[in-house]
Amino acid sequence: LAAYRTDEGQPWVLPVVKKVEQMIANDNRLNHEYLPILGLPEFRANASRIALGDDSPAIKENRIGSVQSLGGTGALRIGAEFLRRWYNGNNNTATPVYISAPSWENHNSVFVDAGFKDIRTYHYWDAAKRGLDLQGLLDDMEKAPEFSIFILHACAHNPTGTDPTPDQWKQIAAVMKRRFLFPFFDSAYQGFASGSLDKDAWAVRYFVSEGFELFCAQSFSKNFGLYNERVGNLTVVGKDADNVQRVLSQMEKIVRTTWSNPPSQGARIVATTLSSPQLFAEWYDNVKTMADRVLLMRSELRSRLESLGTPGTWNHITEQIGMFSFTGLNPKQVEYMIKEKHIYLMASGRINMCGLTTKNLDYVAKSIHEAVTKIQ
Amino acid sequence: QAEAMIASKKMDKEYLPIAGLADFTRASAELALGENSEAFKSGRYVTVQGISGTGSLRIGANFLQRFFKSSRDVYLPKPSWGNHTPIFRDAGLQLQAYRYYDPKTCSLDFSGAMDDISKIPEKSIILLHACAHNPTGVDPRQEQWKELAAMVKKRNLLVYFDMAYQGFASGDINRDAWAVRYFIEQGINVILSQSYAKNMGLYGERAGAFTVICSDVEEAKRVESQLKILIRPMYSNPPLNGARIASIILNTPDLRKEWLVEVKGMADRIISMRTQLVSNLKKEGSSHNWQHITDQIGMFCFTGLKPEQVERLIKEFSIYMTKDGRISVAGVTSGNVGYLAHAIHQVTK
Repeated sequence: LAAYRTDEGQPWVLPVVKKVEQMIANDNRLNHEYLPILGLPEFRANASRIALGDDSPAIKENRIGSVQSLGGTGALRIGAEFLRRWYNGNNNTATPVYISAPSWENHNSVFVDAGFKDIRTYHYWDAAKRGLDLQGLLDDMEKAPEFSIFILHACAHNPTGTDPTPDQWKQIAAVMKRRFLFPFFDSAYQGFASGSLDKDAWAVRYFVSEGFELFCAQSFSKNFGLYNERVGNLTVVGKDADNVQRVLSQMEKIVRTTWSNPPSQGARIVATTLSSPQLFAEWYDNVKTMADRVLLMRSELRSRLESLGTPGTWNHITEQIGMFSFTGLNPKQVEYMIKEKHIYLMASGRINMCGLTTKNLDYVAKSIHEAVTKIQ
Repeated sequence: QAEAMIASKKMDKEYLPIAGLADFTRASAELALGENSEAFKSGRYVTVQGISGTGSLRIGANFLQRFFKSSRDVYLPKPSWGNHTPIFRDAGLQLQAYRYYDPKTCSLDFSGAMDDISKIPEKSIILLHACAHNPTGVDPRQEQWKELAAMVKKRNLLVYFDMAYQGFASGDINRDAWAVRYFIEQGINVILSQSYAKNMGLYGERAGAFTVICSDVEEAKRVESQLKILIRPMYSNPPLNGARIASIILNTPDLRKEWLVEVKGMADRIISMRTQLVSNLKKEGSSHNWQHITDQIGMFCFTGLKPEQVERLIKEFSIYMTKDGRISVAGVTSGNVGYLAHAIHQVTK
């Protein structure tokens, strides 16, 4: 599973999380009572503020809403259920949903189980040039029926690690605006990707500034290391406050039959952290620690491969971002890595950069070199 | 205490498996089925962690919609918990009802229930509240459960138990699970939803479980695999905190003993409030028969008050209850039971 590891190859509970958990444990005013259906208010407001930015025009204009959810998956599912019921007509299961090729494999299941009947892919990864197939992507958007839903990765695309540049995002937004396409962002790595919350949220915020109504499914699994507490948030950006209130009222009905109300522990940790300047700074530091380690592993792996003279180009290792990298290894080479070298990659050639440590970098680089030179 | 143990162990926050914390789900099954249950010992069951009672019910509802092709109809008791209907509906099933509560006697309409159930089309789904029926507080007696079991067996119905109050109802976890265990012993492979919200006070931590009793271990494995396929696109994997607390309690002998005492304490307080309410009503001089208040069990009580009487209680006495005359007995204390009895007497005399 996709989880961060330290240089010792161990899971990492963020120091700020340990601190805040102790605070919560010592706070006698707290109990285990139900949260409201839409979640802990302080969590919801802070979580959306993190995604949209302190000075977001949408927040200022009071046209945002938030639904605390069970992880990023839960946020995606609640958003999908809402769209199937109320978007583009009533219960219009025929609205096309576009998912990038490739994408996180659970995206498909989320929208299928939410009732959508027409799930399509949009061009994304160009295997030949090992980068974004922007032209293919834009073509798909031009041809998509109006009002189609597009699942966009806010940053650190899973599994390719390849994100559009700001300029490319601008082109994407222009087409989507013209074709009335609905942006549904999946933001699972904010902060974790580049080390900067603002940089990793640039695309979402740009779309908001361009006047889009959109959904953004946020996960705090990676950037807070709170994987098993299931902390997520669905941010809704609407036309106006009235609209958003009506949306939230329908969201409540959906939540009520799915999990009634969300778990409190993880949301409390995040809310406490985000609402204290000092704790927020500590958290930011912890996030940067994780992001920097991954960036270091990327640069170290690339330089080793280039020193070894491994055939091919390896700049994609550092140009890609986030937890994953599409190495470019083919299935046979991947099989070699797994069977002969005991290094685990997906058949797609996807590697989890968090698995790299200063101790195993040499071994991994050498193994990739062998795989590429021995196996065609 | 369980929370302190967890804090001291400094555990990590890695994802749980899709089916949840294994120690929790196993202990949950054992709690419901009983450690001597053949179904439990043989392993012919699957239990997955769910998001408290609602989440567990929803997993079951989705599972039935996808795999139980004999029927789309779920039969609920009249009345039932308000959220049952939307849960099953959103899962894609249809709702029907069987008679249950008799407003004339404020108790079980047993002959009505048996009559309706005898006419349910074979292989339909029937939902039963294992104990402390919500909202009425009216439970069948054991002899009545036996007849219900025979009838559902005769009609070949799929039995879905909702058990949200094990331990919290009578104070005895075995007594509260009696119906579930009896049905299984009669060869009825039930499905079951459990909640730890009330009996462990874990409300906001969302600890629950969904169980399917199967023919054998192989079937249980196949069912588990399908349940995971349903769960993953809902929320990937469940939250750890509540399940871990519950697991430590259930699996640590000393803590389990303490919990049994504590849950009995909660149940006893509720039972005592019922008794005090009735005796206070008598003291007020009420000539009505209030026996149903002590006959009923669990958190809620259907008082039998009419909407006009309820309105007066709200307006004139600031006592809040739903229009159907349901009160939350948990909200009654030794400090307010006298006032409550006084007010009820005023609007019913």
